[in-house]
Parts: sequence; structure tokens; C-alpha cells
Amino acid sequence: MIIKVLGPGCTNCKNLERVTRQAVDALGVDATIEKVTDYPTIAGYGVMATPALVVDEKLVLSGRVPTTAQVRELLTPLAV
Amino acid sequence: MSVAERIPTTHRGQVLTLTAAAAAWVTVYWVNGWLWDTLLYNGFGMDPDARLTGTVHFFVYDTIKIALLLVAIIFIVTVLRSYMSIERTRALLGGKREGVGNVMAAGLGVITPFCSCSAVPAFIGFVAAGVPIGVTLSFLIASPMVNEIAIGMLFSLFGWQVTAIYIGAGLIVAIVAGWVLGRLGVQKWVEPFVFETKLGGQVIDSAAGLAFDQRIQMGAEEVATILRKIWPYLLVGIGLGAVIHGWVPTDFFTTYAGPGNPFGVLVAVAIGVPLYSNAAGIMPLVEALYDKGLPMGTLLAFMMAVVALSLPELILLRRVLKPPLLAAFVAVTATGIVIIGYLFNLILG
Repeated sequence: MIIKVLGPGCTNCKNLERVTRQAVDALGVDATIEKVTDYPTIAGYGVMATPALVVDEKLVLSGRVPTTAQVRELLTPLAV
Repeated sequence: MSVAERIPTTHRGQVLTLTAAAAAWVTVYWVNGWLWDTLLYNGFGMDPDARLTGTVHFFVYDTIKIALLLVAIIFIVTVLRSYMSIERTRALLGGKREGVGNVMAAGLGVITPFCSCSAVPAFIGFVAAGVPIGVTLSFLIASPMVNEIAIGMLFSLFGWQVTAIYIGAGLIVAIVAGWVLGRLGVQKWVEPFVFETKLGGQVIDSAAGLAFDQRIQMGAEEVATILRKIWPYLLVGIGLGAVIHGWVPTDFFTTYAGPGNPFGVLVAVAIGVPLYSNAAGIMPLVEALYDKGLPMGTLLAFMMAVVALSLPELILLRRVLKPPLLAAFVAVTATGIVIIGYLFNLILG
């Protein structure tokens, strides 16, 4: 699966990337994590509050930094 | 490990943690004044009337008081605001005309959880969804200027009248400034890519579907994040406040910046605009200056100028606004703040 972390590079975006990596490692799924930093693309996903998380081109979370456990819950049904 | 992950996961554990935190908060707040009186005057034998004692006492007492107030205010505000989201705000503003739209946008700007780091995607999201630019700008002005943390702090330090004036004045500036900028026909000064952006995907409402303990976690997390970010500003602000409290003669400010000086507000705003701090860091300074007899209108104008217009936010907004509109944005907002400052000095003075 392809996971994109959306955000211009603020502290929150780095935190989201960190918990996402932890969740991916904990689940042991095969995933590539990319960063999206340019505003037109971020807005194109319908995101108005960063940071946001896109999994396989689908927006799953925006506007907050969740805990690792919450990301794991988000990713579990998507990791087929 | 983040703060949120350290909070117990069971319901009972959370209730216990919250109760213990609240009890600790009340106790520390209660003994704060007594502790430093006893320690400084009796413990170290310092003269209560000496300038140095006044400065030291202001610094230690205020550091703890402000830190406690911040923790409580940020936590409560974050939990309450987690029921609101920028997506809901946009839905409410969609299809509203200018005028009514400006009023709603300013009001929503106060209660919507919003970090200025999201100013650009929010601007694109609003404008691409058909919210008029002037209405969008009302939102972007009100959001930092009428700051919930500032509301809580003003209320704790100065009472409800000053707080009501601050909220009312901030809303008026945001409404009028956004409306004026919208009237100027500023479409051509918005970067073209904003209008070309196609909003794809489905919108996620970041406020929906959160359990109460998730909102509690968000509150605790936000307290830690904000305190970690602002503590240098806070200490500088309290330090300046302490020095002013102890060393500046009482008639110094009233002579040079008091009600008698017609340029007082102008100077306060001119100093405040380039100064970058946050509502919390500026509060101890406002407190000390008020004690020295500076008029409240001047102080509110100073505070609004500091929090509403900041270089980092302007640099972000430059991505979507061309220089003439950015300059107009600063000019109209600053003018509004100056007028408000004079008006309140007149009413309160």
C-alpha cells in the first residue's frame, strides 16, 4: 500500500509521519510512505487542515496527529 | 512516546488521572502566592518593598500562575473545539454572500480549531469551494486575532468587561477588514493556481466520530505541544513584565504613552506588528504595563497587533496572495486595530 503524509513540513507533519511509520512497523505490512508538501496537491485531496493521511489515494485522516494505536486501527482494514 | 499515549486507556484510569490533575492544579494555584511570600520575605529575609524583591516575586509568582492558567485554558478549549472543524465551517460559509458571510466567518474564525500552518490549504479550500475572498479573509483575520487562549487569560486577569471588549473589537476588525478587502475586487491579486485547483476526493470531517477519551487525549497533547513551543516567549514576556513591575517608575508610561499622548496607540501598533509572540507570551507584559497606568485600549491594540499580524503567517499567505493584496491585508487590519485602540481609550478613559 502507498501511504502519503500530507503537510508543508511543520512539527505536526513530522509527528504524523513518525506515528505512521511506527504503526506500519507494528503491523508488519508492506507499505511505502511518501511525503506530499506542495499546497495544490494537498488541497486537491480535499484537505483543509494539515497534517493529513492518504492511503492508496483515499483520504483517511486530516487536521490532527493521532496516536500510533489509532493509525494502526485506521490501517488494519486497509491492509489486505 | 507522546503525552497522549501515557494517559491510561481504561475509563476508570482516565477519570482518576483527570481528578488527580484537577486537584493538583487547584492546590498549586492556591499556595502559589503564599509560598513565595513566605519563602522570599521570611526564608531569604528579602525586603518586601525593595525593587529587586518586587521583580523576583513577580517573575516566580507569575511564571507559575500563567503556566497553570495556560494548562487549564488550553486543555478546556481544545476539548471544546474538537467538536468543531474547518470542514464544518466551510460548509456553513458555502453560498453565503458578502456581509452576512463576513460576520459568520469572523465568528466561526474564533471557534474553529485552526493552526496558522494550515492557512494555505484552508484558503484554497474555501476559495475553490466558492466562498468569497473577502469572507475567507475575515476568517483568516479573526482566527489568530480573537484567540481563545487570550480570551481565557484576559478573563482570569482582567475580568469580563475587558474580555468582552477584546472579543467584540476583534470581531469588528475582522468583519470590516474582510469586507473592505472583498470590495476592492481583489480576485486578480490571488495567485491563479488557487482558482485552478480542483477539489478532489471526499471530505473528512476531522471533528466527527471521536470518542470522548480521544478528545481528552487531544487536549492533553495540545497542552504539551503548545507549552513546548511557547515557553521561551513566555519567560521573556514574564521577565520583561517583572523588570517593568520592579524598576520602571509609575509615572514613566503615563507620561510618555498614557491617555495624554495622542500617538500612544499608533506607537503600540507600530511596535506590535513586527513583534512576533503569542497571546500567552504577551499577557504578563500587558498585566505589568496595565499596573503602570497604561490605558486598556492601547494595550488591547498592542496585543492584537502582536497576535494578528506576524511575519511567519504573512510568509505563508504570500503563497496564495500577491504582494499588493498582502500589503492591503496588513494595512487594513492594522488601521482597524489602531481605530479600535483609540475608540476604547476614549470610552474607557
